Amino acid sequence: MTELLPLLREPGREPAGEATGATAVVPVPLTGRERARRVARFYANRPGLVVSVLYVLLVLCAAVVPSVLAGGDPLTGVSADRLRPPSATHVFGTDYLGRDLYTRVVHGASLSLRATVLAVAVGLLVGGLIGLLAGFIGRWVDEGLMRFVDTLLAIPPILLSLSLITALGYGTTKVAIAVGVASVASFARVMRAETMRVRRATYVEAARSVGTRWYTTLRRHVLPNAAGPVLVLAVLEFGLAILQVSALSFLGYGAPPPAPEWGALIAEGRNYLANSWWLCAMPGFAIAATVLAVNRISRALDGEWARFR
Amino acid sequence: MGTYLVRRFGLAVGVLWAAFTVSFVVLWLLPGDPVEVMASGGLDGEPATPQQLAALRARYGLDKPPWQQYTDRLWAALHGDLGTSIQSGRGVRTEIAAALPPTAQIALAGLVFAVVFGAGLALLATYTRLPWLRQLLLALPSLAVSLPTFWVGLMLVQLFSFHLRLLPSVGARGPESVILPAVTLGLPAGALVAQVLAKSLSQALDEPYIVTARAKGVGRAAIHLRHALRNATIPALTVLGYLVGNLLAGAVVVETVFNRPGLGRLTVAAVSVQDIPVVQGVVVFAATVFVLANLLVDLLYPLLDPRIAAGATA
Repeated sequence: MTELLPLLREPGREPAGEATGATAVVPVPLTGRERARRVARFYANRPGLVVSVLYVLLVLCAAVVPSVLAGGDPLTGVSADRLRPPSATHVFGTDYLGRDLYTRVVHGASLSLRATVLAVAVGLLVGGLIGLLAGFIGRWVDEGLMRFVDTLLAIPPILLSLSLITALGYGTTKVAIAVGVASVASFARVMRAETMRVRRATYVEAARSVGTRWYTTLRRHVLPNAAGPVLVLAVLEFGLAILQVSALSFLGYGAPPPAPEWGALIAEGRNYLANSWWLCAMPGFAIAATVLAVNRISRALDGEWARFR
Repeated sequence: MGTYLVRRFGLAVGVLWAAFTVSFVVLWLLPGDPVEVMASGGLDGEPATPQQLAALRARYGLDKPPWQQYTDRLWAALHGDLGTSIQSGRGVRTEIAAALPPTAQIALAGLVFAVVFGAGLALLATYTRLPWLRQLLLALPSLAVSLPTFWVGLMLVQLFSFHLRLLPSVGARGPESVILPAVTLGLPAGALVAQVLAKSLSQALDEPYIVTARAKGVGRAAIHLRHALRNATIPALTVLGYLVGNLLAGAVVVETVFNRPGLGRLTVAAVSVQDIPVVQGVVVFAATVFVLANLLVDLLYPLLDPRIAAGATA
C-alpha cells in the first residue's frame, strides 16, 4: 500500500543552514502576520483536518495525563451499576463489574499508544537503517538487503508478528516489537528510494569531491534530505500500527486482563455482545476515530501544505 | 514467453526459500532455548526435569549445531515434511490440511465479496456524474481500512445476529454461517481493490482511445465496461495477488471472532502454547499461497496484455 504514496517533498523542509542546498529555490521570507493568515486559511478550508488534529491532541492528552479527562479509577466499579447503557452519568456505559467504560477507554489510551509509538519507532529505525544502507552503498549490499525485505513482504504481517510473539512471549512491549518488525519492509523501501534519489544530487557529489568522509556525508547531507517522505510514512504506519496492536491485544497477547488496553476492552465486551452492545462499540469507535484522524493528518503532511502554497 | 516464465518461477522459489529461512531464524534461533519455551507452554505447566528437556532437545534435533538444524529442516521441508506438532503429536502437514477447508471457504467467499464490492464501488464512482456521490464513494475505502477487523466482525454479529436475528452469530454450520465472516474478511481487501481500480479507471478514461470510442458513437456504459475496464484491470490484478495471502492471514482474527474452526484458530492455539513447528508451518504455508497467487497473476498478465510477453522475450 505504501507504494501508492506519492513521494512528494516540501521545499520548505530543506535545512536552512545547508550550504550545499544553495541551488534550491529560496522562498521569499514572509512576515509573521502573512504567515499566520496563510495558516488560518489553510485550516479554514479543511474542517476535517482541524477535527483530526484536535482529536489526536485529545488522545495524546488521554495517554499522558488521563486523570484530566476522566477522574475516576479505571479498575474499580460500583457493582450496583453493572452493565448500564450509555447515559449522562456514564457516557460510554458501564461493564460487567460496574466500571465506567469511558474512564477505561481514556486510561487505555496510554498502554495502546505506548505500544503503537514503540512499534513505529522499531519499524522506522530498523527499516530506515536498512533502506539507508541499501540506497547509499548500492550494489550487492542493496541487492542482499532488498531481497530480505521482499521476503518480509511475502509473509503476511500478522503472521510475522505472531511468529515473533511465539518466540518472545506475551506483553505490551513484545506485541509492540512484533508489530514494528512487521512494518520494517515498507520503511526500508521508501527510505531506499529516497536515499537513491538524494545520493545522485549535486551537493552529495560536491561533498564527496572535497573529501568528506562517507559517514559524514550520510549524516549531514543524505539523511536530512531523504527523511521527509519516511516521516510521512511513519505517520501513516502509526494508524496501521494502532490496528495491528489492538488486533493482537484482542487476541489476548497484550497486557494481562485488568489493564485497560483498547483491543482487550473489546475482547472483554465480546462476552456481553448480545445484550450490551456498547462494551464493544465504544472502544471500537475510539480506535477507528484515532486511525481515521491519523490517516487524515498523514495525507495533509504528504505535500498538501506545499501544494497549497 | 519462456524466459518470462522461468524468471518468474525462479523468483517464486527464491522467495519461498527466504521465507522458510526467516521463519527458522525467528522461531528456532531467537528464543534462547526453544525447548524450554515449548516445555513451559506445552507440557501442562509442570516444570520439566533436565532429562525430559534433553529428550525433547534430541527429539527435535536441537542438540545439533544451528546450521545442521537448518539444513535438516530445510531438507525435510523440501520433501513436504514440516515437522510434528508439539501439542497434538500429529504431523504439521496433516494439521494444516485438516484446518484448511473451513478457512478456504471463508477466504474464497471473502475474495469474491472483495472483488464484487471493490469493482462495483470503483465502477460506480468513476461512472457517476454527481460530484457528491463520487466523493462519498471514494471516501468509503479509506473509511473501511481504518476500522479494526475484529470490531467490524463483532458489530456485524451484533446487528445481524442479535438485533435482526437474520444470520447465525458463531460457528460453522450451514452456508449462511459463511456470510458474516466472509464480509468481515473481504471488507478491507475490497477497499484496497476499490482504491486501486478507481485510480486506474480514471486514468484509463483520460486516454485518447476513449475519445476515439466516443467519437465513433459508443455509449457511455459500453466505453466504461469494454474499453476502460479492460485496460484498468492490470493494476487491480496485482493487488489481488497480494490480497490472497492476506485473506488467509486475516482468518486469524476473523475465525477467533466468529468462533470458527480453521487455519486461523490453529495458529492462535499454536501461538498460545508456543507450538513452534505449527507456527512455522503456517507461516511457510501462507508464504507459499502468497507466492503461488502472485505467480498465477504473473501468468495472467501476458494473456491480458500481449505487450508484457513481447517485452519479456525481447
